[in-house]
Amino acid sequence: MDVLWCEMLKQKVNVDERLVWRGRHLSTSFLLQVDQAEYLIQIVDGRIASVKKGPFPIADWVFALRASEAAWAEFLQPIPKPGFHDVMAMLKLKHLKMEGDLYPLMSHLLYFKDVLASVRSCEVTA
Amino acid sequence: MSQNTTSQNSVTHDRTSAQVYVEPIVGRYMHLTLNGQPHRVYVEEAGAGVPLLCLHTAGADTRQYRALMNDAELLKQFRVIAFDLPWHGKSSPPEGWQNGTYRLSSKDYTQAILAVADALQLDQPIVMGCSIGGRIVLHLALEHPERFGAAIGLQSGAHVEPYYDLEWLHRSDVHGGEIAAGIVSGLIGPLSPAQHKWETLWHYMQGGPGVFKGDLFFYNADGDIRDRVKQIDTKKCPLWLLTGEYDYSCTPEDTAFLGKTIEGVTWQIMQGMGHFPMSEDPAKFLTYLKPVLQSALRARIT
Repeated sequence: MDVLWCEMLKQKVNVDERLVWRGRHLSTSFLLQVDQAEYLIQIVDGRIASVKKGPFPIADWVFALRASEAAWAEFLQPIPKPGFHDVMAMLKLKHLKMEGDLYPLMSHLLYFKDVLASVRSCEVTA
Repeated sequence: MSQNTTSQNSVTHDRTSAQVYVEPIVGRYMHLTLNGQPHRVYVEEAGAGVPLLCLHTAGADTRQYRALMNDAELLKQFRVIAFDLPWHGKSSPPEGWQNGTYRLSSKDYTQAILAVADALQLDQPIVMGCSIGGRIVLHLALEHPERFGAAIGLQSGAHVEPYYDLEWLHRSDVHGGEIAAGIVSGLIGPLSPAQHKWETLWHYMQGGPGVFKGDLFFYNADGDIRDRVKQIDTKKCPLWLLTGEYDYSCTPEDTAFLGKTIEGVTWQIMQGMGHFPMSEDPAKFLTYLKPVLQSALRARIT
């Protein structure tokens, strides 16, 4: 399964100069999991440097966000249903798991929320 | 703060020139003794009539009620009053604050509200609070029903389990304002206007270090009232509850539990709205609130 919205992250984020600026002190790698599909996203100075599709024999990520395809699909709706409209909502209602060292995520929470929101209008999977 | 001051101000709150609009809100500082210590507390108000005492959410301040205090229709019937809790907004922390950690308890919160109501000589006010304010109105309705004519809880729940490590809210290596706004941003309904969403987040970004976290001690631990809400007597203090559909902190299910448990309570879920109805989408919120206020006026115990 190709998760098109994951693959669109680089294009969507990097054209948003204000969003990149907000992440200017952030360089990290994180994993997005959509059902069994895994994407490793590298951020350098707020810019998405690369998006690599797994599976990875060894994945070097700092934190991971894992949810089902159905949960991500609802999250990506223009107006998602209550409980799927925000990663913290999905966390509380157990639609999403956060793993690893959450420091990059929590210290840049508004940035990451807007990174994920940037692909809201994209096709979900192919 | 006298009624006279407010009525004098109302003369000037229309447009004084093409560019300048002066709001009817008047703010003052009040010196009170709370918890045995002197405090400087900021109080603001607008309008004249039945006192409506408004309580802000955790980590925020009175600016959340800016739209209510500028609604001409509301101000004809109500004296709308809000104050910043100590440590919040323009209220100072007590002397020596730098040597301790702020934690809001049910007792201190109740005492602050009663002290402000006493200082303003409010006669059977309608008390309305949101989030932690929506929780404390349950405590007030239960423990001090004789002091209030009615109560309105916004985003009221009897208890909330923390769903993330609260330590993130107060760390020297994480910007407190940015993390507070990041934590609460999803609590705002996705249909709420961007202007009001970001105004609401700005208030969170301006909170002092550890204040939001200290308020959550009441919200997540000390203020748990699940075992006692059944004892609230709505004949002594009529109670209304309004909760936003998108709130995952105090959920519609949490409010429904109160609706089923408290005899005589009236509750409603506000479609499309989140955790900060009066601040995130004031115009829509007022369409829900105004009928409730009219009911509260009729039912108010005097």
